[in-house]
Amino acid sequence: MLEKEIVVDLESGLHARPAAEFVKIASSFESEITLAKNGKSVNAKSIMGVMSLGVSKGDQVDLIVDGSDENEAITTIENFLIGRKSN
Amino acid sequence: MSSNVLRGVSASKGIVIAKAFVQENLTDSPDSGSRDVVLEQEISRFLNAIERSLEDLDRIHDKTKKELGEEKAQIFEAHMLILKDPEFMNAVKEKIDSESVNAEAALDQVSDEYVSLFKSMDNEYMQERAADIRDIQKRLKAHLLGVSLQEYSELKEPVIIVAHDLTPSDTAQLDKKYVKGFATDAGGTTSHTAILARAMEIPAVVGLVNVTENVKNGDIVIVDGLDGEVIINPSDEDITRYEEKRNEYLREQATLKKFVNSTTETVDGRKVEIAANIGMPDDLPKALQNGAEGVGLFRSEFLYLNRNDLPDEDEQFLAYKKVVEAMEGKPVIIRTLDIGGDKELPYLNLPRELNPFLGYRAIRYCLDQQEVFKTQLRAILRASNYGSVKIMYPMISTVTEVRQANELLNDVKEELLQKEIPFDHEVEVGIMIETPASAVTADILIKEVDFFSIGTNDLIQYTMAADRMNDKVSYLYQPYHPAILRLIKMVIDAAHQEGKWVGMCGEMAGDITVVPILLGLGLDEFSMNASSILPVRQLISKINYEKMNKLALEALMLESQDKIVEFIKKESET
Repeated sequence: MLEKEIVVDLESGLHARPAAEFVKIASSFESEITLAKNGKSVNAKSIMGVMSLGVSKGDQVDLIVDGSDENEAITTIENFLIGRKSN
Repeated sequence: MSSNVLRGVSASKGIVIAKAFVQENLTDSPDSGSRDVVLEQEISRFLNAIERSLEDLDRIHDKTKKELGEEKAQIFEAHMLILKDPEFMNAVKEKIDSESVNAEAALDQVSDEYVSLFKSMDNEYMQERAADIRDIQKRLKAHLLGVSLQEYSELKEPVIIVAHDLTPSDTAQLDKKYVKGFATDAGGTTSHTAILARAMEIPAVVGLVNVTENVKNGDIVIVDGLDGEVIINPSDEDITRYEEKRNEYLREQATLKKFVNSTTETVDGRKVEIAANIGMPDDLPKALQNGAEGVGLFRSEFLYLNRNDLPDEDEQFLAYKKVVEAMEGKPVIIRTLDIGGDKELPYLNLPRELNPFLGYRAIRYCLDQQEVFKTQLRAILRASNYGSVKIMYPMISTVTEVRQANELLNDVKEELLQKEIPFDHEVEVGIMIETPASAVTADILIKEVDFFSIGTNDLIQYTMAADRMNDKVSYLYQPYHPAILRLIKMVIDAAHQEGKWVGMCGEMAGDITVVPILLGLGLDEFSMNASSILPVRQLISKINYEKMNKLALEALMLESQDKIVEFIKKESET
């Protein structure tokens, strides 16, 4: 299991399109992925869960990844959240 | 059949008369209560409904993409993601299991929970997402109940859609050929229905509260998107009256449209520029649609309002750059921070003043808090590299203020040069003429700058010494008072004497009554709200400048605003 604190640097946070992209990316991995903010944690593959966190630019979130592809997953997702294009 | 008028909010302009097509309401289904359920059967019914809903959405997505473009279609991708949401699916399954209810009831309960969660969020965007969940709930429910949701795509004649509120998937299915207008119970000017109606350029009235209860399928309905009214079962006289109103509106629109891409030119060939006033980058599309030849006033305050600290240089730079790039080389005049007066920023902790309009505001604040000012100047200069930027200082009273501001600007330019950060070295600098002092000494001030822009709202209140928000003295707020027009003439003449140009960005610049006089006095640029641009351009195209120049000078000799208004009226009739 891997865990990482990340400060989100997406212009409009995890709302609208970025939330959808985030969920699509998370869903492409086998690992269980949890996103947490202010003590509330949600399934990162759930669009409603992710949107309900109301993550804005500059917020600190916790990313917890557990599974066979956890290394690749955490890097890809972190890159997305800090606004760096992966690949 | 008696006619019946309902009042709502105009969401899209125009008038239409047609049969009503009333949307069936699915919120109360007869079969959603608790009863003996076979667990596996309910879960498989639910999964089946998800599958069929996904098929619907896939089809709607493709159709929308083809007809309305990628951006409009994105909402359906979001809907599909919700349908595939593992948490949502599990919540419904668990509800069926734990409470022994059927799939419909479980769906309703889970949807309600999510809707109240999103509605409770302190974010307008999230609150609107509640509508997406209702949309999906409705679609799933229709499949569970075996009810068809396809009526909208089966329209066979021109209709006005009457509904509680339209969801994105509803509107995507609409056969646009037959949809002539919208009337809804719910919604405001930014609701989905309103935005769609404007994109389709058909009339819409929203927020009618109970139009669905008052209209039956097949009733004749008039939607008046000009005045925000819906007339149900109109009389023959009503119909004739509204047909006339509609034809007049269409004639006006057709005439105005011709002016979107044209230059602004008088009958005898004097060209002036019509620009838009904007408060934030979001105001730009409307300005461009209306044929703005530039941005004559970009108020920078939006960057500073509704927050707890000052915006940093990068944030400002990105906002300015966005506007400058979108204007594709057309001029953008950015006004430096104009706070104080009626615009307060709590986090600056400025002391309360007895006379805020005569106090510590705008350039006075910026010359005192030089770091705040320089941060903004740096951001503006950096944005100047991406198009045509002009800088404008507000509330100037003395030549010293202009020189101090320009010195700071030069300091910032030096810094950027040293750091090799690119900017437009020829960036024009101007000042707003808002105080009588600056108007009277325009001949002195013009030597320090490249242009003037007359801010009439403040110039009038300072010249007349009258607060227009004060009912007792607002009659003294007289835009056409000879004192105001004479000051304007002084300012224009002073600039032209030096071969420089003068704009106006106060409300007066878009005021049809006085535009001919301003044009006659030689004003070079008129900056106004986007919606005024086309009427003003049309008006100017009918004016003979040489003739108006003489008339304007005559008007300035009259004794009062009343006499001047009378004069303008008489002259415009001949």
